[in-house]
Amino acid sequence: MSTPTFTPQVLLEVWRKARQINLIDEKFRGLLRSGRLAAVYYSPRGQEILAAAMGVHLQPTDYLVTTYRGIHDQLAKGIPLKPLFAEYYAKATGACKGKGGPMHITHPETGVMVTTGIVGSGLPIANGLAWASQLKKDGRVTLVTFGDGASNIGAFHEALNMAGLWKLPVIFLCQNNLYGESSKYEKCTSVDHIGERAASYKMPGVTVDGNDAEAMWRASADAVARARAGEGPTLIEAKTFRFMGHYFGDPGAYIPKEEYEAHLAKDPMPKTRAAVLASGIATEADLEKYDAEVNAKIEEALQFAADSPFPDVGEIDIDVYGAAA
Amino acid sequence: MSATATTTEAKPEMITFTEAFSRALHDAMEMDPTVIMLGEDIADEEGGGIFKVTKGLSTKFGGERVRTTPISEQAIVGAAIGASLAGMRPVAEIMLMNFITVPMDQIVNHAAKLRFMSGGQTHVPITIRTRTGAGAGTGGQHSDMLEAWFAHVAGMKVVTPSTPADAYGLLLGCIFDNDPCLFIEDQLTRTQTGPAPVKGEIIKLGKAHIAREGTDVSIVGYGRPIRDAMALAEKLTGEGISVEVVDLRTVSPMDTETVIKSVAKTGRAVVVHEAPRSFGCGAEIVARIQEALYGQLKAPVLRVASRDVTVPFSRVLEAEYLYKGADIEAAVRRTLDTGSRK
Repeated sequence: MSTPTFTPQVLLEVWRKARQINLIDEKFRGLLRSGRLAAVYYSPRGQEILAAAMGVHLQPTDYLVTTYRGIHDQLAKGIPLKPLFAEYYAKATGACKGKGGPMHITHPETGVMVTTGIVGSGLPIANGLAWASQLKKDGRVTLVTFGDGASNIGAFHEALNMAGLWKLPVIFLCQNNLYGESSKYEKCTSVDHIGERAASYKMPGVTVDGNDAEAMWRASADAVARARAGEGPTLIEAKTFRFMGHYFGDPGAYIPKEEYEAHLAKDPMPKTRAAVLASGIATEADLEKYDAEVNAKIEEALQFAADSPFPDVGEIDIDVYGAAA
Repeated sequence: MSATATTTEAKPEMITFTEAFSRALHDAMEMDPTVIMLGEDIADEEGGGIFKVTKGLSTKFGGERVRTTPISEQAIVGAAIGASLAGMRPVAEIMLMNFITVPMDQIVNHAAKLRFMSGGQTHVPITIRTRTGAGAGTGGQHSDMLEAWFAHVAGMKVVTPSTPADAYGLLLGCIFDNDPCLFIEDQLTRTQTGPAPVKGEIIKLGKAHIAREGTDVSIVGYGRPIRDAMALAEKLTGEGISVEVVDLRTVSPMDTETVIKSVAKTGRAVVVHEAPRSFGCGAEIVARIQEALYGQLKAPVLRVASRDVTVPFSRVLEAEYLYKGADIEAAVRRTLDTGSRK
């Protein structure tokens, strides 16, 4: 395949996706702090660029399987704000009618097929989606995202082995944010780079700086192209860092101060913003205008969520089983 | 497949359970191109499955639709779930029921719950076929009946047949149902025979079957013990005892209405299953009967089940572990001895 060009236009596109994630995350954390939103929340702060750089390669018809820390992946996949926010607000107008919540966001229209709260469980399911695409020859690819901790669970290894054997059109995107819950990467993972694990499963393993928009965009382009061409799966390990701990309210005392500050100095958001400006594709004013547009959409969607009713209690008996076949 | 031109109407074609399972899988694949299969050793290259249930299918329908997998139960069930989300009707084989402990997360947290948690946007029409049953000397990790675990999870359907014809119809019922189904095949009765089913005849899930009508006592259960109950009912006819046999067919969600109707008529019930007695499905059946019929019962509802121990290897011990036909008979007589027969 010809090497695609990372143009300033592409950089801007990645930035815009990432910035939307960033603004929503900031808004949510503010709402949670002030008590105006009560929900379990796993902030993606620090992982915006990698999700966006992957997201720009995907079609709405492609499939996504993500995790409880998945709002960045869902937004990068194109999930609309209103049903997403209303689900966080536990409302009847939520994507899942308020029955799934933040950890189980589902929106098949944009390909958001499964969001799981169980570490490592998404990978075997992603294989199945990809298997269906392989059988139907529908050209879709399946992206499954997970953290570094998931690569130590059996399901990861079972899934990579099967995907490698069956040449499934699936992309395994490990977002290595260096901590699994409160435990440091080195304490729990036997290899220096999770990308190395691909060698056991006959697929390319790529370790990339997930906070580098261009590097992440290139790695994603290759993996998506490979899957779409029927050449099989890829494991991408995107090195990154999460700035807000495991869960909202996590004091993060397990992260040494110097380490945290070193990562903060490499925060991908200001870095990418500077790159956009330096490329000349947009001005400071353009970016501010974009922020204002996104913020207006956020406010509109939040208002929608706040104004929506809670589910009717009768909803508890619905969707347990389907109608008789 | 022994259907021949010489079969007469007076002598219906008899087939084994294994043949019934095979025919159901074959016919489902023929009826619907979205039916696909995966599991360990299931393709013909590997012999068509350890119990030969899938024999011939990969040859006829192709290796794309009938795939032998690595020994990776989480990957098997996960792939079935994912493919079902994309519109397929996968049938996953978990060779033996004890191996289902490995993909429990996929079944309990995902297959059973995705419909509900997604607010009905997605659903998981998978069938997990598995085989088990004590009495074959397979010991503690190859014999367990674990149906109660799955019956306890909302969203799952649990099905097990007691005749070859039911085996065929219920397996088709599972495959074409829109929810995740666990279909349990008994390893002890697999070579036993019964009248062949009508091709393509699906038995819808969720409905119990009055396998035999009677008036004095209802035996309620599912799977292999139903065969014991039918033999017992026949035997007791000679003594003027009329036994009704209620086969749940779908263990969960349970058809409470049919059970209650039967026990309301007979006033007596014996509940039987192969799984260990404590915290088994039998306790749930008994609870539902007494909730509905307290005051109308002529005798306490009794349970017959296997012992609360690990399935032992030695034939002597295994026989001691297993529920017995004689236990069902003793329980039936005990309920009849309580109060007046009328």
